[in-house]
Amino acid sequence: MDIERQKSAPVYEALERFRRQRVVPFDVPGHKRGRGNPELVQLLGEKCVGLDVNSMKPLDNLCHPISVIYDAEKLAAEAFGAAHAYFMVGGTTSSVQSMVLTACKAGDKIILPRNVHKSVINALVLCGAEPVYVNPEVDSHIGIALGMELEQLRKAMDEHPDAVAVFVNNPTYYGICSDLCSIVKMAHEHGMMVLADEAHGTHLYFNEKLPVSAMAAGADMAAVSMHKSGGSLTQSSLLLLGENVNTRYVEQIINLTQTTSASYLLLSSLDISRRNLALRGRESFDKVASMAEYAREEINSIGGYYAYGKDLVNGGSIFDYDVTKLSVYTRDIGLTGIEVYDLLRDEYDIQIEFGDIGNILAYISIGDRIQDIERLVGALEDIKRLYSRPVSRLHNAEYITPIVAATPQKAFYSEKELIPIRETAGRICGEFVMCYPPGIPILAPGEMITQEIIDYTLFAKEKGCSMQGPEDGELEKLNVLVE
Amino acid sequence: MDFWFSEYHTDNVKMSIRVEKHLFSGQSDFQRIDVFDSEEFGKFLTSDGSVIFSEKDEFTYDEMIVHVPMAVHPNVKRVLVIGGGDGGVARELSYYDEIEEIDVVEPDEMFVNVCRDFFPDNARGLDDPRVKLHFRDGLRFLRGKHDEYDLIINDSTDPLGHTAGLFTKEFYGSCFKALHDDGIMVYQHGSPFFDEDEESCRAMHRKAFRSFPISRVYQAHIPTCPSGYWLFGFASKKYHPLHDLDAKRWRDRHIKTWYYTTNLHAGAFMLPKYVEDLLEEEEGRMKQV
Repeated sequence: MDIERQKSAPVYEALERFRRQRVVPFDVPGHKRGRGNPELVQLLGEKCVGLDVNSMKPLDNLCHPISVIYDAEKLAAEAFGAAHAYFMVGGTTSSVQSMVLTACKAGDKIILPRNVHKSVINALVLCGAEPVYVNPEVDSHIGIALGMELEQLRKAMDEHPDAVAVFVNNPTYYGICSDLCSIVKMAHEHGMMVLADEAHGTHLYFNEKLPVSAMAAGADMAAVSMHKSGGSLTQSSLLLLGENVNTRYVEQIINLTQTTSASYLLLSSLDISRRNLALRGRESFDKVASMAEYAREEINSIGGYYAYGKDLVNGGSIFDYDVTKLSVYTRDIGLTGIEVYDLLRDEYDIQIEFGDIGNILAYISIGDRIQDIERLVGALEDIKRLYSRPVSRLHNAEYITPIVAATPQKAFYSEKELIPIRETAGRICGEFVMCYPPGIPILAPGEMITQEIIDYTLFAKEKGCSMQGPEDGELEKLNVLVE
Repeated sequence: MDFWFSEYHTDNVKMSIRVEKHLFSGQSDFQRIDVFDSEEFGKFLTSDGSVIFSEKDEFTYDEMIVHVPMAVHPNVKRVLVIGGGDGGVARELSYYDEIEEIDVVEPDEMFVNVCRDFFPDNARGLDDPRVKLHFRDGLRFLRGKHDEYDLIINDSTDPLGHTAGLFTKEFYGSCFKALHDDGIMVYQHGSPFFDEDEESCRAMHRKAFRSFPISRVYQAHIPTCPSGYWLFGFASKKYHPLHDLDAKRWRDRHIKTWYYTTNLHAGAFMLPKYVEDLLEEEEGRMKQV
């Protein structure tokens, strides 16, 4: 990475030049630098609304970049050690879908861990590929799905040698990393592509003390949520390519679903954030890691909470741990993660990223300050003092092996009927059932419903998880395929 | 020379003080600190552009935040002051012989040094042998403290800036835990007058009301505060600020004051109707939950 080159930000600079030219707009957007919508200006500010402009010659066009966007993408590729980089404006969901649609056609098999984001399964609905799930080990104490194990992957490859790609979450929401280098090696030996969901891993590219990034490990494609740890605006993302991917084809795929009116607020935020990461990323993430480590020590010294870190690493299902993450197991104070999550927000004015049945995750980033960490730790201590209960053996968040009875696409488009959830055992599910956050499917279209799944779903709902996906928001009924 | 310091109290109201001299400007890890000299208010110190105190009016809140609880609690031995790095609160506390230990917890070392340089009359409070100065985050200091203090004074003023952590439920909870069974906590309660400030004022009362069996609010007139009107919170496990006021005992101490009297003590808890209403609304909201 050439630091001097990284000091420029082509999209941002083009917008600055454009602003000074005071061009009279007879094009969209119709608010015309905000003049037609004063209330919007009041809310967002003149400068922000003034940057909301259309693609045009001096500003390039995301559908077919040839000037400033092209240059900015090239700089991003260099900064991330990728062969190519694409600015994405449809969230990391659009990056993930572009990866899957690039790798698979209808009928192809793709190997993926069950704890994939719903965007992956949605992509399978779009392209008609068949999922082959690798069963992730679940930590028996903290109850979370772990990384992809090589043995499990080898088994899946042996059973499905015709699969075209392997999809990996790295790191997971909780910070768990798989042995990416070995996965890449094994997949490439079998002629399969490796697609990495790095929605929670932007920072891995900018600090050598953190686990290896997908591009460094030799993955073919990676979806990077710049708006998470990278600091860009919500909904902006990057798609990275390794050496041997057909860029023309990827561009066609992106343009299948991408807007033709990409927001320059998002594009410039990607450009500026890339520059910031390239120039200052290492120090920033040193600071983030040390804040997270400090928080871990302090939280663990309260007693009753378990803020886990590198101590989990086992060389297999937890090959490495991303120390910038702050995940805390809460069940030993008798509270579920969801309950602690709600208490933090309702009683302490602290919004954390999510709570599940056993854990909370607080997102630490380049925007945090140590005094805010003290608030979080103080609040956790106070919660323990005021709300802790005797530890009861709650239902543990176990991994439930899905039984794929039809492709997600076939199930999605099949005729369905809505029947009471308690009567669905043995039927094929016609919709998603997602426990949100963190948005991992309990059921996906095409999967067999079992009694165990019904019990788990109702329990999670009772515990206050937001259950999303089903047509019946109350989850009294589920759509199943007509037999 | 026409040189003015201005502070916005709302988007539409500003207070300006004609400045003689800009004496100091520095950026610490926590805040930008400036010291000015003025004809009307003498020297005054600002944090991120807001007046923290001036020589002319600091006596009001240093006296009100110390003498009110001290005239109520019969036997204060250990005191914790959160913030208060200027030393004004410690100075008022130093007039009480029965106090054995005063912990002053101030995260910002630069703040203390600036006060020592420019406000020696306040800072002399820090030189009392009973004072122990800790350069630490207040919440961090309180963590793990249990049943240790008779009185906690939260002398931090800004519920939105770098001391936001000292206006939270976890802070009130930590203080409750750190106090003895008959302990008292007093704190800056902000100004209720402008709409902008009203919500944080409400939120403070909501949290204290929920954390302590007794929580009352009292008032003072402080010219450099927004609208010149300032509130303090009195949160207590046992003693009531009026029923347990021992005026004679306090008067017999013969402490020299400029603002506080035991008569004013009783009056300070008599609040304007609109303040009473907003506090009661918060208490009512709690009962509904």
